Amino acid sequence: MMLTVLILMPLVGALVVAVVPRAQVRPVGLAFALATLALGLLIASRYDASAGMQFEETHTWIEALGVHYALGVDGLGLLMVLLTVAIVPPVLLASWKESDAPGGRGSRSYFAWVLGLEATSLAVYTATDVLLFYIVFEATLIPAYFLIGGFGREGRGRAATKFLVYQLAGGLILLASVVGLYVVSANAGNPSFLVSDLAALDIDETTQRWLFVGFFAAFAIKAPIFPVHTWLADTSEKATPSTSVLLVCVLDKIGTFGMLRFCLGLLPDASQWATPVVVVLALISIVYGAFIAIGQDDILRLIGLTSLSHFGFIVLGIFVFNPTGGTGAILYMVNHGIATALMFLVAGFLINRTGTTSISAMGGVEKHAPILAGSFLVAGLAACGLPGLSPFVSEMMVIIAAFDHHWLVGAVAVLAIVLAAIYALWTYQRTMTGPDRAGMLAVPDLDRREVGIVAPLVLALVLFGFFPMPLLDVINPYVQDSLASAGIVQEGGLR
Amino acid sequence: MTDFVKPTIDYFELWPLLVVFGVACLGVVVEAFLPRTVRYTAQVVLALAGLVLALVGVVLVAQDVKTYEDGAARGVLAVGGTIAIDGPSLFIWGLVLALAIAGVLLFAERHLDGGVSAFAGQAAAVPGTDAETAAIAANREHTEVYPLMMFAVFGMMLFPAANDLLTMFVGLEVLSLPLYLLSGLARRRRLLSQEAALKYFLLGAFSSGFFLYGAALIYGYAGSMDFAAINEAVRNDVGSSSLLLIGTGLLSVGLLFKVGAVPFQAWTPDVYQGAPTPVVAFMAAGTKVAAFGAMLRLFYVALGADRWSWQPMLWIIAILSMFVGAVLAITQDDIKRLLAYSSVAHTGFILVGVLGLQAAGDLAADEITSLQAVLFYLATYAFATIGAFAVVSLVRDGGGETTALERWAGLGKESPVVAAVFAFFLLALAGIPLTAGFVGKLAVFSVALAAGAWPVVVAAIMASIIAVFLYVRVIKVMYFDEPVGDGPSVAYPSVLTATTIAVGAAITLVLGILPGPVLDLAAVAGEFIR
Repeated sequence: MMLTVLILMPLVGALVVAVVPRAQVRPVGLAFALATLALGLLIASRYDASAGMQFEETHTWIEALGVHYALGVDGLGLLMVLLTVAIVPPVLLASWKESDAPGGRGSRSYFAWVLGLEATSLAVYTATDVLLFYIVFEATLIPAYFLIGGFGREGRGRAATKFLVYQLAGGLILLASVVGLYVVSANAGNPSFLVSDLAALDIDETTQRWLFVGFFAAFAIKAPIFPVHTWLADTSEKATPSTSVLLVCVLDKIGTFGMLRFCLGLLPDASQWATPVVVVLALISIVYGAFIAIGQDDILRLIGLTSLSHFGFIVLGIFVFNPTGGTGAILYMVNHGIATALMFLVAGFLINRTGTTSISAMGGVEKHAPILAGSFLVAGLAACGLPGLSPFVSEMMVIIAAFDHHWLVGAVAVLAIVLAAIYALWTYQRTMTGPDRAGMLAVPDLDRREVGIVAPLVLALVLFGFFPMPLLDVINPYVQDSLASAGIVQEGGLR
Repeated sequence: MTDFVKPTIDYFELWPLLVVFGVACLGVVVEAFLPRTVRYTAQVVLALAGLVLALVGVVLVAQDVKTYEDGAARGVLAVGGTIAIDGPSLFIWGLVLALAIAGVLLFAERHLDGGVSAFAGQAAAVPGTDAETAAIAANREHTEVYPLMMFAVFGMMLFPAANDLLTMFVGLEVLSLPLYLLSGLARRRRLLSQEAALKYFLLGAFSSGFFLYGAALIYGYAGSMDFAAINEAVRNDVGSSSLLLIGTGLLSVGLLFKVGAVPFQAWTPDVYQGAPTPVVAFMAAGTKVAAFGAMLRLFYVALGADRWSWQPMLWIIAILSMFVGAVLAITQDDIKRLLAYSSVAHTGFILVGVLGLQAAGDLAADEITSLQAVLFYLATYAFATIGAFAVVSLVRDGGGETTALERWAGLGKESPVVAAVFAFFLLALAGIPLTAGFVGKLAVFSVALAAGAWPVVVAAIMASIIAVFLYVRVIKVMYFDEPVGDGPSVAYPSVLTATTIAVGAAITLVLGILPGPVLDLAAVAGEFIR
């Protein structure tokens, strides 16, 4: 029942926020987000890292189609749940005043949609029935669509449409594979969508490959990786930074989550068959994403594109098929969530103060707002993998695994570290240092609310940078299990 | 020459059909003898009472109907074997009657247009003449629409239950002729409406001709009009197969015209745009249900053994319908035309389900059947469609309904509830999860894939992606575009239209979240009887 409550909490919150008096919208919304966070932590505290899938609930839903309402978390799911419940309160706080900005649709609508997105995302990360997963996977798009289209800058309606069409297209491709899985299970005599039933099937090679193509295409759009990433740049440019945090840090992780859970979990042979292509796409994403990020003048677009590079790393880690890479990739998903959330939020504060998103129109912020500049620097350094901040650990693990896979793959991936240093530090230099720009507004430093948002994120980056063991303790058993069941156990050194 | 045998008529099983027919005839009498002032009330009450009575009859018959002599399915062959009352017939009867009740409610709506219905004051008055002005000034309205509609409902019930080609033809005509008339009765934009009616009639008459000629050829082949006899003849491979092939093709023309499949879709956008919106709502939903019911029976029962001949044809038509419908819908800037092309695309999706036909032995124990999937899809499509058109009738400006898409900009701010409900119907038509449309799509894709028709499923997925764009575009216009001029205004409906919309939305939502009962009902309906 705990997982159902976990999903219902923000959902009820969204409905309550939609009807409470105007003055209470924001406190009530935040209260529900914090309650969900507390529940998430409670689940984490009761989680047993060595016991596989836990907190399971299974009820028959649509008998004629073999669909179940089935929930459960394993190591991967738990981390994603925690990331989601931890990211939402800062996002709501960061939108405290901003969501009432003229032109937007008001904080009631914003808070309700954010909580709706949280509920559906949590359902995605806990679903253990493929069709239930698909349903909530699509359901996340509706709040996301209204968050993008209803708040943010000129041109957001168009960006929202592009986002939705891309995602629904990916979703329909996924549907083909989901239906395919059903047919395979029906032919085997037991029509069912349960992941546990499907994993037990012996699917022949050709079918596996076709199903894999469908799953992978959908998750590649979601993640996103090259060449289906173009919605990401537009969306992160037009939406508010808080919305982008939810999209990039929570929603897009569904892509890599799905690759691990469904591509590897259900179709291991086809996943190995596809490795060469996927690795090349991941490498292109890593390098290309970093390169075009360097060339951007819009700070939000730039951050969006750096994520393309980071998602390349995660996909690479997943598809090199060794324990170091798998662990690194999952750790990367968490770290990227924290670091990118920090970067988007600080950029949002910066934009509120300067009134522009154009990097070339900013300058000299560091003199007036040292805390703001400092937090931005931490986020930038995290993005380029500075030792001592948490992304370093995961990036190193993925790169080591890449070298294990093939030295050339590792070499290309390493290139990204250099490029990341350029986009992160050069952006810092152009916006924060140098003389004040003519016509720029006076830049006050972060106020108490904003510091309260930024501090936990910075703290988390440092903490997990020096002390990643709690995360690794959850990840390692999961990776061992999934690689073992995929038949790819290696004598890998897990550090 | 055998002696004439008086057919036994199973009055109990035919009750729903007879009630509807009786009420239709009674409606004509009412029209002739009651004074004008009470006709509206009398007709609406009569029609609703008849439909509810018939619906109760369907439920009673469904509970009572016995297992047919072949032991596999339940049902009765009534009136000398010309009408098959079996599970699928009863399912479709129930669906058509429910849609008809919603249709009557929409027909009876008088709040939207200043106290009069959506139908012409005096259809015989030429547009623009003094006679028309006088009729409008006198607040005249046609109440013949109710008996006309009841005749159409009778046709819609006879058509899918017909167990021989002649009865099927009679059903086809009885359902079509009233609809041609109803299409021409719009109160506003009367020339457009009359043009639509004429187009519909001419093309419909042609397609009926094709059907009749096909029936003649099949008779020439099999020596019988009866479906069981045709099936027997096909199995035993008697006579010339070219007669069979040409006959099948011609029959298909008639049926595919009615469901609006490509290349017989040309009438849909014009008729949907021109006809009064309540008529479109009822017709778009009801005709498709009835015609697909008839098509399923013809192809499964009479021509099932000849599957390899007609399946390739349906493959092509399904793929064409999906693509042509989805692509042309994107280019439309009128909401009713857009929904018309979207209905063409949906015809394609339903055909995907029809292609999922498998022999009983190839199915796993709990696996969903093609018939079950198609019946379920029809239910989801019908309720979303009738609801969507009901919403269309609410959005108006000075000149009546405003169906130009650009005029819908800003509806999300102007009337959040109406915009939200319409967006919900669009999402259901697009097949987004948690709406009925999704489960319908899932069901038809599953059966088609299980039957090995994967190229059609791949095409269906691609067409769905295109279709998604068109529905999302409408949602974007409603929510995120700036209104043109004063923006749209939403007329407050009476309880009649409001009920229809609410029930349509509720069913679409419930079938999306808990489709189990209806899927089970479609499964219990079982197979056709021969």
